[in-house]
Amino acid sequence: MTARAVGMSSLGVTAMSKEAIVGRTPAEAVALSDVTISFQLANRAVYTAVEQASLSVADGEFVAIVGPTGCGKSTLLNVAAGLLSPSAGTAAIFGTPLRGLNRTAGYLFQQEALFPWKTARDNVAIGLEVAGVSAAEAHAKADAWLARVGLAGFGPRYPHMLSGGQRKRVGLAQVLIRDPKILLMDEPFGPLDAQTRQIMGNLLLDLWSADRKAVMFVTHDLEEAIALSDRVVIMSAGPAARIIGNWRVPLPRPRDISEVKLDPAFHQLHREIWQMLKDEVLKGYAQTGGG
Amino acid sequence: MSRMKLLALQVLVAVVSIGAWHVLTTVPVFGKILLPPFFFSTPLDVGARIVKWFSEGTIWGHLWITLVEASLAFVIGSVGGVLVGFWFARKPLVAAVFDPYVKMINALPRVVLAPIFALWLGLGIWSKVALGVTLVFFIVFFNVYQGVKEVSLTVLNNARMLGMNERQLMRHVYWPSALSWMFSSLHTSVGFAVVGAVVGEYLGSAAGLGYIIQQAEGVFDVAGVFAGMVVLAAFVIAIDFAVTVVENRLLVWRPVAADTRT
Repeated sequence: MTARAVGMSSLGVTAMSKEAIVGRTPAEAVALSDVTISFQLANRAVYTAVEQASLSVADGEFVAIVGPTGCGKSTLLNVAAGLLSPSAGTAAIFGTPLRGLNRTAGYLFQQEALFPWKTARDNVAIGLEVAGVSAAEAHAKADAWLARVGLAGFGPRYPHMLSGGQRKRVGLAQVLIRDPKILLMDEPFGPLDAQTRQIMGNLLLDLWSADRKAVMFVTHDLEEAIALSDRVVIMSAGPAARIIGNWRVPLPRPRDISEVKLDPAFHQLHREIWQMLKDEVLKGYAQTGGG
Repeated sequence: MSRMKLLALQVLVAVVSIGAWHVLTTVPVFGKILLPPFFFSTPLDVGARIVKWFSEGTIWGHLWITLVEASLAFVIGSVGGVLVGFWFARKPLVAAVFDPYVKMINALPRVVLAPIFALWLGLGIWSKVALGVTLVFFIVFFNVYQGVKEVSLTVLNNARMLGMNERQLMRHVYWPSALSWMFSSLHTSVGFAVVGAVVGEYLGSAAGLGYIIQQAEGVFDVAGVFAGMVVLAAFVIAIDFAVTVVENRLLVWRPVAADTRT
């Protein structure tokens, strides 16, 4: 049964990627085509994390990538960031093949990524300072950004004096102050509690709607994915994870996360996607030895 | 536990142990003194000796010499440890080549080097400084090496995504990380700087706390030995306190260890 489901979904991929390639302008913000990522393991075996994944994100589009734990979602994001080069396939940013780091992208990490030895203000300002902006100007802008993420007056605090949610806000300001054209987010709100996640989601939508950057948002939470994004991409369970589904989210904007979850269209879409995702999640559990 | 209660208990420990020392060295038990004062001295003799040293002022010169030796050993050892630690951490090939030699020299009990340093550098302060440097260098070196190696990969990737070049990574990421590791070992390395100085003096010198203790020992002046040890202990506690003050200023960004008040 499971085997049949896989066969069907890989047919779905071919159809989807063709549409993705033909139907869009060449100036996609991110265009990953047939990306395969393999790692050499210690015992000389080769582990394929992601196999022939094609994914494009249009300028101004918010794409959520959903898949079971350990399916290589983050790996795909690292390719788009230029932190990892694919074993096969290509990555292009605004039509230019990506070499080295992706200078147009901002990356919000899942783990703690703030500099613990810098205050919140210095953490936010550093992206401008290393680009040659004067300290005074960088600090003024950092204070403005801290205010935008709801942390006015928290500038002199060190990361360990902030809560998990506050640290994520600082992280968001740290990335956005450089005004990246592309925003890469790797389960950024994963470690937060449910209420804080909702508040952070609304904050993110609020900031994003101001200048509509292209967003790749990795999550394992389907509800969060639908509530936030324009399009939800589903990945299969690893190893050799593939992209197996692609749904547009027809919900109107601006959205409020807690309200959009009451919309019948939200439930309809959630049910449809969950049908496909459920099998993959179970497969993922089977491979990682249970949840 | 309140501060006052803790302080009272700490004082109690000192009173009880000094009291026991006093009783055992002066009051006969079953007609026999258990700790003969010739070998163990008495608290009053030791106290009188310390008062004499300070009132005559002879001790200050010795303290100054030991302080200078320990400070020089600490500064030279730390600078060397930071430089080599950074170099090894950033150049894995160099680290791999020198690895067995570093381990070999570090395994060597440093005391055996003291006569060689005395031979090379004479009986002045520099042979003691050299001994202290061999102790401090390795502590700082290992910590800086570890600090540079153990920068969180996420923090490093974040720094690179924020546009830092190699030089900026050094300044904003590697250096603060290495410093925090170095400061976490500050108490140990300062302590070893003093150990190097005192052991060096003990084995051959004309001044310093180690010299006083060695001289007293040479004439079976046990009160002098104990008095020297007490002054040395007070000296180390004072230095340790100064280190704590410096540490608190420099590492404000670090979370304080879980509150231990109950």
